[in-house]
Amino acid sequence: MSARRALTLWLLAMLAGAAVVWNSHFSADMSFFLPGRPSAEQQVLVDQLKEGVVSRLLMVAIEGGDSAQRAAVSRDLRGRLEKMPEFVAVQNGEAGSQGADRDFLFRHRYLLSPAVSPERFTVDGLRAAIGDSIALLASPAGMLVKPLLPRDPTGELWAQIGRLNAGAQPNSRDGVWASPDGERAMLLMQTAALGSDTDGQERAIGLVRASFADAAAAAAPAAGLGLRLSGPGLFAVKSRATIKHEVSKLSAISTLAIVVVLYFVYRSARLMSLGLLPVLSGALAGIVAVSLVHGTVFGITVGFGSALIGEAVDYSIYYFVQSGRGGIDHWRQRFWPTVRLGVLTSVAGFGALLFSGFPGLAQLGLYALSGVLTAALVTRFILPPLAGRDLAMRELGHLAPRLQAAIAGLRRLRWAVLALAVAAAALLAVNRDRVWHPNLSALSTVSEADAAADMALRSDIAAPDARYIAVITAPDRESALQAAERAGEKLDALVAAGVIGGYDSPARFLPSQATQAARRDSLPDAEQLPARLRLALADSPLAADKLGGFVADVAAARAAGFIDRPALDGTSLALAVDSLLLQRPNGWSVLLPLRPAGGAQGVDIAIEPVRAALAGSGALFVDMKHEFDTLYNDYLGEATLLSLAGFAAIVGLLAVTLRSARRLASVLLPLLLAVVLVVGGLHLAGQQLHLLHLIGMLLIVAVGSNYALFFNQADRQPDGTTLVSMAVANLTTAIGFGTLALSSVPVLNAIGVTVGPGAILALLLSAAFAGGRHD
Amino acid sequence: MIKRLLGTLLLLAIALPASAAFDVGQLMQALASHKGGKARFVEKKFISLLDKPVVATGEMTYTAPDRLEKRTLTPKVETLLLDKDILSIERDKQKLSINLANQPEALAFVDSIRGTLSGNRTALEKNYALHLSGNLDKWVLTLLPSDQKIASLVLRITVSGSRNQVRSIEYLQTDGDRSLLSIEPVEAK
Repeated sequence: MSARRALTLWLLAMLAGAAVVWNSHFSADMSFFLPGRPSAEQQVLVDQLKEGVVSRLLMVAIEGGDSAQRAAVSRDLRGRLEKMPEFVAVQNGEAGSQGADRDFLFRHRYLLSPAVSPERFTVDGLRAAIGDSIALLASPAGMLVKPLLPRDPTGELWAQIGRLNAGAQPNSRDGVWASPDGERAMLLMQTAALGSDTDGQERAIGLVRASFADAAAAAAPAAGLGLRLSGPGLFAVKSRATIKHEVSKLSAISTLAIVVVLYFVYRSARLMSLGLLPVLSGALAGIVAVSLVHGTVFGITVGFGSALIGEAVDYSIYYFVQSGRGGIDHWRQRFWPTVRLGVLTSVAGFGALLFSGFPGLAQLGLYALSGVLTAALVTRFILPPLAGRDLAMRELGHLAPRLQAAIAGLRRLRWAVLALAVAAAALLAVNRDRVWHPNLSALSTVSEADAAADMALRSDIAAPDARYIAVITAPDRESALQAAERAGEKLDALVAAGVIGGYDSPARFLPSQATQAARRDSLPDAEQLPARLRLALADSPLAADKLGGFVADVAAARAAGFIDRPALDGTSLALAVDSLLLQRPNGWSVLLPLRPAGGAQGVDIAIEPVRAALAGSGALFVDMKHEFDTLYNDYLGEATLLSLAGFAAIVGLLAVTLRSARRLASVLLPLLLAVVLVVGGLHLAGQQLHLLHLIGMLLIVAVGSNYALFFNQADRQPDGTTLVSMAVANLTTAIGFGTLALSSVPVLNAIGVTVGPGAILALLLSAAFAGGRHD
Repeated sequence: MIKRLLGTLLLLAIALPASAAFDVGQLMQALASHKGGKARFVEKKFISLLDKPVVATGEMTYTAPDRLEKRTLTPKVETLLLDKDILSIERDKQKLSINLANQPEALAFVDSIRGTLSGNRTALEKNYALHLSGNLDKWVLTLLPSDQKIASLVLRITVSGSRNQVRSIEYLQTDGDRSLLSIEPVEAK
């Protein structure tokens, strides 16, 4: 391939790449962490996090002023937000839609009440049901029952209300929800935007803040009312802002630092620009590869670019520094095989990540792999023709004696290093139970302060956390609702047994057509009912002729059609049904959130009895917290396997190339020592390790081997120029990865603190332990 | 028991000189001296819809100043417990709790009983105009709702009793229905 053709090809590829990047979709949402190949249970978790009701909740507290001012602003705020299409529901405890809900439940009571059956409308059934209602009149609740008794003597409204959530209701002050101490007015809103729609969440949050400012200014300008807001949407927005900010910050820092180093070394703007060429090509190729393979490029992946810059710039440094005297052909012959092997070990390390079910990790792997490979290829094929024969590289040999003296010093420390490594290994072995962070929260970008604020709001408003959900899937709505009813019967038994406190079901407000038909068919006709009533009420204090309204309502219910989804419009029950009965591309899903029984059992539900009860009903019972924990453990287990596989691949590659057990050992020993020392150091520094640290260990080996290999080139010590090139290359790599250590995004930070020091140690230890010829 | 006795003695000492004009203040003092006890009750509800009154019977336990437990035994077992501002009703394994602080109307209603039992004049006068007739041995306290919302439900509440013991509470509702709660103290053994 001629140089001209290579150049043309490269230019075209760069243009095409730029076009792809221009059209790429970038995302900074949580899908980075969500499993790429989810199990059925994990799919439920993913769906809930992306579009579930809980992911669309915003909790708002109004503080300051007095209780009346807060209530006024709460009402005003609700009035403003309720009209906006961005919000599906805005609740503040005002008695607003309760009337509509009650009307719906009353109007359709004969299709909705679980108590409606043929037996209930026999003479005996009527006698018992009406007798119960009369007894209820005598109770303290009697005042509520009395007005409805002539039309609902069998108590079908109460049969429904008894099943609804009688659990925790938020406290209330001046007619609106308040925190338990009454010091904050509380609102709960559900956004129209999905939890995964960060733009939509950001817009909704902006609207809440702006509307609050207007409402507060209108109602109580001098009261100094404040707004506190939290919810998954806010976390998503904040986390995206953090990642965006950090990506540009980290790339800028790393680029600037490397440019300074390169200029210091080259003292030539031309060489410096040429040296950055492979880096830019690599970074571009990385994004293109990820975009083409994954469709979406995560912000964190781009943030990893700052490390890639440090790693990819090495190749041009090797080329410029090492080919200074011998020219391009000499370099290709003498150094390129070693560089190539280094590239391959890096590729093996990053390549292992490609197989991860953790999408973020797979992306990082692909990005780094394509980047490193491209940078190496551009250095090998594009850089020489562009740079020309005359590199005008300044002589750096004068630095060599100092480096050689340093190496001699290092060699004297070998035993100390070994002792230190053994101590570090012992420390880690003793503390092995405390070394690892136990759950996924280690990777979360949510700050502790934000998490605490969220917890506080959540407990103030008793917001649902939706930890336990039974999920049913069915091909159509009717079969989904029927399945929900079957599962509901099993859950009713669990409620009665006290295993669970209760559950929600869409079938409560929208029963399946089959159930509605069965209930309607239970109703006696206009001739049977009065006759039965007379018999049933013969000895009752309630005279049958006072129940004309009842007879008329039953007749109307027999003639009326079934309840369909539009019948729920205008009630808050519509929202409940819509959030629990979902149409999916491949059918329908029903969610049945389960509530713990509370009391002695606390906030946990015993999993096994629920699983056993639901077995065979087609309902999948999911404990979200458990799924989260398993998810992380799966990731960790998988990352361990992948790291070992990557390590094995690197060892295999080296073994095949080096063809000597001794040389293999002398390449690997410093790398392993570096890993042990870094991990020991991190542990001593109080860092709890998570899976990105683990990946970092693999990268120490993958990246560090590049340096170790130079010390084992044909079993002779590198000459002065090579040493200088390695020192500079190592410095840029350490800068690249080290920059990540500045990040507050745990994923990047972990890689930075592990690989940054690891790369330097790998070089120093390789120098210290290399060969034996000097002795 | 000793306390109660002392309370009664103290009460007599206060009541004697003023017996000529028995007023709300004195009644409240008398009632406030009642530290609690157990009683049987019969509650009759006269409801126009029904041909006969519905009758419920059971036991009440009052612990001053803000705990009242009403256990209905017939026709159906049901427990109503008022503990500070939490009203809970348990019936057929179902339990319902209401925080009265959130329900001003229900609170006013509950205060008519609680205020009377504990002799809390301030709480009573917040929602009702008080009229007292009779003397310490046989008094009748009438509560007329002053709040519009309560007045739309209850026309009048009549509490009668003897000394520091409430013996009956009658609610007359705006629709003409009424309920009569008769209380018979059970002497603690």
